[in-house]
Amino acid sequence: MLNRYPLWKYLLILVVLVVGLIYSLPNLFPEDPAIQLSSAQGDTLELRQIQRVESALEENGIAVKASEQENGQWLIRLRNDEDQLSARDIADEQLGGDATVALNLAEATPGWLQAFSASPMTLGLDLRGGVHFLLEVDMDAALTQRLEVNASAMRELLRSERIRYRNTEVEGRTLSIDFASSEDRDSARRLISRDFPNFEFTSEGSDRSSSLVMTLSDQTVNEIQDYAINQNLTTLRNRVNELGVAEPMVQRQGPSQIVVELPGVQDTVAAKRIVGATANLEFRLEARNDTPTAETETHVFRNDPVRSAELMRDVIITGDSVSSASNSFDENGRPQVNINLDGTGGTLMNRATRTNIGRNMAVLFIEHKSEDTVVVDPDTGEETIVREPYVERGLISLATIQSALGNSFRITGLDSPTEAAELALLLRSGSLAAPIYFVQERTIGPSLGAENIERGLMSVQIGLLLVVLFMLIRYKVFGIFANVALALNLTLLVAVMSMLGATLTLPGIAGIVLTLGMAVDANVLIFERIREELRNGLSIQQAIHAGYERAFTSIVDANITTLLVAVILFSIGTGPVKGFAVTLSIGILTSMFTALMVTRAMVNLTYGSKPVKKLWI
Amino acid sequence: MKPLSHLQIDFMGRRKLAFIVSALMLIVSIGAIVFQQLNLGLDFTGGTLIEVRYATAPSLDAIRQLMVESGFRDVSVQTFGASTEVLIRLQQAFDPDVGSDVVNLLRTSGESVNLVRAEFVGAQVGDQLRDQSGLGLLVALGVVMLYVAFRFQYKFAIGALVALLHDVIIVVGIFALFQLEFDLTVLAAILAVIGYSLNDTIVVYDRIRETIRTSRIDDMPQIFNEAINATLSRTLATSGTTMLVLIALLLLGGDMIENFAIALLIGIGVGTFSSIYISGALLLPLKLSREDLIPTKKAIDEEEEELP
Repeated sequence: MLNRYPLWKYLLILVVLVVGLIYSLPNLFPEDPAIQLSSAQGDTLELRQIQRVESALEENGIAVKASEQENGQWLIRLRNDEDQLSARDIADEQLGGDATVALNLAEATPGWLQAFSASPMTLGLDLRGGVHFLLEVDMDAALTQRLEVNASAMRELLRSERIRYRNTEVEGRTLSIDFASSEDRDSARRLISRDFPNFEFTSEGSDRSSSLVMTLSDQTVNEIQDYAINQNLTTLRNRVNELGVAEPMVQRQGPSQIVVELPGVQDTVAAKRIVGATANLEFRLEARNDTPTAETETHVFRNDPVRSAELMRDVIITGDSVSSASNSFDENGRPQVNINLDGTGGTLMNRATRTNIGRNMAVLFIEHKSEDTVVVDPDTGEETIVREPYVERGLISLATIQSALGNSFRITGLDSPTEAAELALLLRSGSLAAPIYFVQERTIGPSLGAENIERGLMSVQIGLLLVVLFMLIRYKVFGIFANVALALNLTLLVAVMSMLGATLTLPGIAGIVLTLGMAVDANVLIFERIREELRNGLSIQQAIHAGYERAFTSIVDANITTLLVAVILFSIGTGPVKGFAVTLSIGILTSMFTALMVTRAMVNLTYGSKPVKKLWI
Repeated sequence: MKPLSHLQIDFMGRRKLAFIVSALMLIVSIGAIVFQQLNLGLDFTGGTLIEVRYATAPSLDAIRQLMVESGFRDVSVQTFGASTEVLIRLQQAFDPDVGSDVVNLLRTSGESVNLVRAEFVGAQVGDQLRDQSGLGLLVALGVVMLYVAFRFQYKFAIGALVALLHDVIIVVGIFALFQLEFDLTVLAAILAVIGYSLNDTIVVYDRIRETIRTSRIDDMPQIFNEAINATLSRTLATSGTTMLVLIALLLLGGDMIENFAIALLIGIGVGTFSSIYISGALLLPLKLSREDLIPTKKAIDEEEEELP
């Protein structure tokens, strides 16, 4: 029999549609703006405290939708997005230091849908506001830093073996040490090559100009760079978590870039300062009067550039050895940072201070910055922006070692409590293994986000309406089939995107609109073909059958090529373009399903295996 | 017995005219791209862009003056969409606080100013993106050509490629001619145009192939005419619905995707024309013959057996 589907096909279609419906439904329940309260001491906040916050919110005219407790945290849902910031400040004020207050977006999906672990699509930054950063990791600096550390260790090794060296120099991926005689150089080479197998060694010159040149192997360079990126990712994730942002994203992009997205963040300046901070600390001994100048460096004080001190080049420990840090005030009310070191750091610190009681120890604050300068090409007059990285170092304290230091101590000499708090946060979340620079930034205000959603939804609705009318007028009964398929296509598209956890962006909405326009294409092809077969004198049932059959290859070929383009778009695109590519690809797949299978099922159910006198097409 | 809707237009007979029209459009487009150059958006050039919203329409000159007096270089100030929304572009080096600095500066005149968005793109990101995009376009064209050559025959692939290049060049040319801003979303639109126009072309090609196989005549122009006429109502219907939604998107979607919608509208218009005329008519100078399609016949038949 022509135009009949076996039962399993109807069931398959039904199952797909039901699943699609379930997973697309949560999108009808938008997330609530909320503030999240958790106790600073780790226990649960009392109901009475929450009620105090609620009544304070109401006094200030902020409508509270609901409050609930989950995993020891309280969530207060608000009615309006704009109230979120002031609600946080009010809650902060009410609870004082007892609680940590963070902004949040609370899911509003009903429980029975959550049981299917269905959740709404994530909205992109352009739809909900927030900041997007693209950070470039300075790989050259990562290498230089590693070589400096190695140089420092080699110098110590040579000193302990009483081999005299003159100068060490780091350039690119090579490290060279100058010696006064060839014998010194040769014994140094034996010694160093045993402890540092990652280098390739060459001896240059002889006698008074002899030197040892060590080059990092390609593999080691790759390892160092991978390590730098991964370490930076971890550090940035820690920092972003400290900021208390709902659904942040920190991701590697390409060989040396990192994307950070902070949705819903309104105070972008603070966010940028924390994310981009490259501050680190170094603890060094002050140089003695008799220390050779090759081993010393002069640094000025951060808050008093006239004062300076002569420091050893060797670093005892860096901020990387800090396991925890917090800020407080000393007896005189000046800001300070309390530091706890990890095991290795503690041992190193102890060893260095034990033998140097009475000497001064310096805390050096290091910040990697970059400056963009516009360079005008004298020949063409073309302006290019050149980024020049530079390092800012300044002493924050120089204090006499009274006794051997252990795992915990404190540092003072900071300008303000804010600086102390930020330094503590940075030390706590770990320092960056290599300096980073902002290469791209996108800030979308919350009002623009809301506007974009509104406009996007509006254009989807109008677009859909126009297509529906067109199809109805042109294909009558078959137009109804195509329109039902179109609605199901939209449902499926939304469902698949929600299931994949894809992010909906403005270009994504444009992709949906475009897919709707193109989705009817397959049906148009089929229906035109059916009309044609009818004109050619085929019977109604045969015409329907032939129409679907013959249009099939065209539809598949046309859609596969479009899909290929969409996949390429996805692989080269960044941010907004990716969103468009994702919607387009999914839309092509779902539209093939609805246009081929679903309309066929409807046509078969209506006309299949029964006598039909006239086809309203 | 043919209904009135079933037109028989002699497309191939007028192909010379179509080629001339296409050639003219291509010359104008290439000329515009070479001499006027594209007005590349921030994504590709790098720089800083700040969009602010005023309560009442401000004077652009006053803003410009204020900015220059405060030491910002190469400032461009223009309204964006509504007269109360102002777009400020700076060739300024990046500084994380520049967005709030500018807003604070503008507020000093006592007006209510809100930051709508701020964007910064580093120069090297722009360069990188430009290279990547060009490469992406080439890869897309290459892959599509291979697919068409595999499914049809290499002469079809050449025809499809020329038609696609034709569409892309004209869309880019119009953007250069009218100095519309060419940003990442426009690039996405152009890739979508490639997909779309190819879609059209393949439907026509599919029909040409079918007609060649089923008809007994050897007169290629007549076969092409039949195939194009048979798919004409479909081509126009699909382009029509897509253009309807695009017009909705253009009018309602907001300023941020305006250029995206324009690029797609032009692209689909040109793409429809090229799939009717260029891609089909190009097969004639390429001397497509029935023999060209015989080797692929078996493969196609095998696939059709797998149909549900």
